[in-house]
Amino acid sequence: MSLTLFALTGAALVGLGVYGLLARPHMLRRIIAFNLIGSGLFLFFGAAAARGTGLDPIPQALIITGIVVALSASALAVGLVVALARSSGTAYLPDEEGRL
Amino acid sequence: MTALVAGLTLPLLAAFAAIALPMRARVPAALLGAGLTLAASLWLAVVVWQTGPVTLSLGGWQPPIGIALRADGLGAALGVMTALVMTAVALAARHEMAASVAGPRAGFGFWPLMLLLWATMNAAFVSRDLFNLYVVLELITLSAVALVAISGKAEAIAAALRYLLFALAGSLLYLAGVVLTYAAHGTLDISLLAARMAAPSDALALGLMTAGLLVKTALFPFHVWLPHAHSAAPAPASALLSALVPKASLLILLRLWFEAMPDLAAPAALLTLASLGAMAVIWGGLLALAQARLKLIVAYSTVAQLGYIFLVFPLAGGDGGAQVWAAGAWTGAIFQTLSHGLAKAAMFLVAGIYLVAMGSDRLSDLRGMARALPMTGFAFALASITLMGLPPSGGFTAKYLLMTAAFASGQWAWALVLAAGGLLAAAYLYRPLAAIFARESAVAPRAIPRSWQAIPLGLAVLSVALGLLSSVPFEFLQIGRPDPAAEGL
Repeated sequence: MSLTLFALTGAALVGLGVYGLLARPHMLRRIIAFNLIGSGLFLFFGAAAARGTGLDPIPQALIITGIVVALSASALAVGLVVALARSSGTAYLPDEEGRL
Repeated sequence: MTALVAGLTLPLLAAFAAIALPMRARVPAALLGAGLTLAASLWLAVVVWQTGPVTLSLGGWQPPIGIALRADGLGAALGVMTALVMTAVALAARHEMAASVAGPRAGFGFWPLMLLLWATMNAAFVSRDLFNLYVVLELITLSAVALVAISGKAEAIAAALRYLLFALAGSLLYLAGVVLTYAAHGTLDISLLAARMAAPSDALALGLMTAGLLVKTALFPFHVWLPHAHSAAPAPASALLSALVPKASLLILLRLWFEAMPDLAAPAALLTLASLGAMAVIWGGLLALAQARLKLIVAYSTVAQLGYIFLVFPLAGGDGGAQVWAAGAWTGAIFQTLSHGLAKAAMFLVAGIYLVAMGSDRLSDLRGMARALPMTGFAFALASITLMGLPPSGGFTAKYLLMTAAFASGQWAWALVLAAGGLLAAAYLYRPLAAIFARESAVAPRAIPRSWQAIPLGLAVLSVALGLLSSVPFEFLQIGRPDPAAEGL
């Protein structure tokens, strides 16, 4: 039962992230949306992999690795947004400033 | 096995050296690392040629617990192509990315990023674990995005961010497919997945992974990020981004559809992939015709040239895999991958030389460049021959193999795409060629040392030699193929 709850929460997080990605052009919001999708996937992964009888260590290892990868991607993305804001004075991509 | 490990660790060590050593020693250390990694890639190819695929289980752990690395003919061949392009780019970057030309920031950052990209590309060519490949793809993306942004100009940063958005979306799609695959089968090893019991979620998992990889490969209609990202980067970085980076996700796509889950290759799915490829050939070619800057023409041509490779899916995938023409189609697609990599890198390096010599890559400013810098004109012409698919180049061999397979299998529509793509390539490359070889001389360009001009020429000659000496690479690519057809066409 709790596993189903985890999996559903994961799916909901992915859905929120996809909505944020499509509906919010502000770059920081998009980075947060990517992180939401990633976290949702990892939560779903953990729940799906824990269904079996024995304890499977591989998903834990993979999730931790995935979190590290997501962190480094977010760090680079935030760095680029800061550089974009410094050089062009806006946190939107050039042709998307108009549609808020 | 030593060669396999060396190809993965040497560029990483060199990347560390390029950051940590004192300023004067950085570039020599990076060049030394490049030379050693080139040697390791060639050595690996020789070992694969002599003894067959090289396999290594990391830390002695067998799959499904551990990660297996396996260098087959395909992976080793791409490794050699990557090594040749990387070495040429490193030699060109010695001039072009010098701190006095490109600025201290780009002059420092280029070397570690290039070497990191090399290490991760090599990992993508040999890894057999889908999650390991996810991590590798992410690392490739991070170094590639940083290379786009390296100049620090506002438009380069915007192009890099747009690239990162697409690439992260692609990674997450791929990751979702990986999660579903693990949940259904408890393994992510490509060889173990090939022997799995089919599960209902497999089609969705493969679809998600494929969609993610298509975004990363910039297949039509996911190509919109590519031209601006590739042309915003400094020319040596553009050469890496255009010639090499899409090939990693492409290889994983081939491994998924031909090795891990060939049973899911339904005709409709294969047709969809090839149709997108065909549209990329036409649309990329048309957009390349409309550009006024050399780097943008070359970047849009990448969209078109990558499209050809997707014709392999209906010609050699699914039930077609057992037919006599499958080996030819499959090898033709790999030949296209290899020859495009060499020719495209040569073109971007020529564009880089023109940017340094003239300060511009507008076609109107490049008139008569072949007179002032004859070797660059010759290199661009040779690379164009490969991209147009004229004999005796590697591009010709690729298109000949694909076209023979298209006729033999009765799918002549793909042969039309190949012919139309060749004509479009001739049209969009005619404009830069006409400008470069124009009679009147341009305003006196800056002098460029001959040793620098010779670098793109070397790559262009290699891309043509791939067609002249095609029998050895043809046999090499069959090493370790999942189901090699006994008789090729």
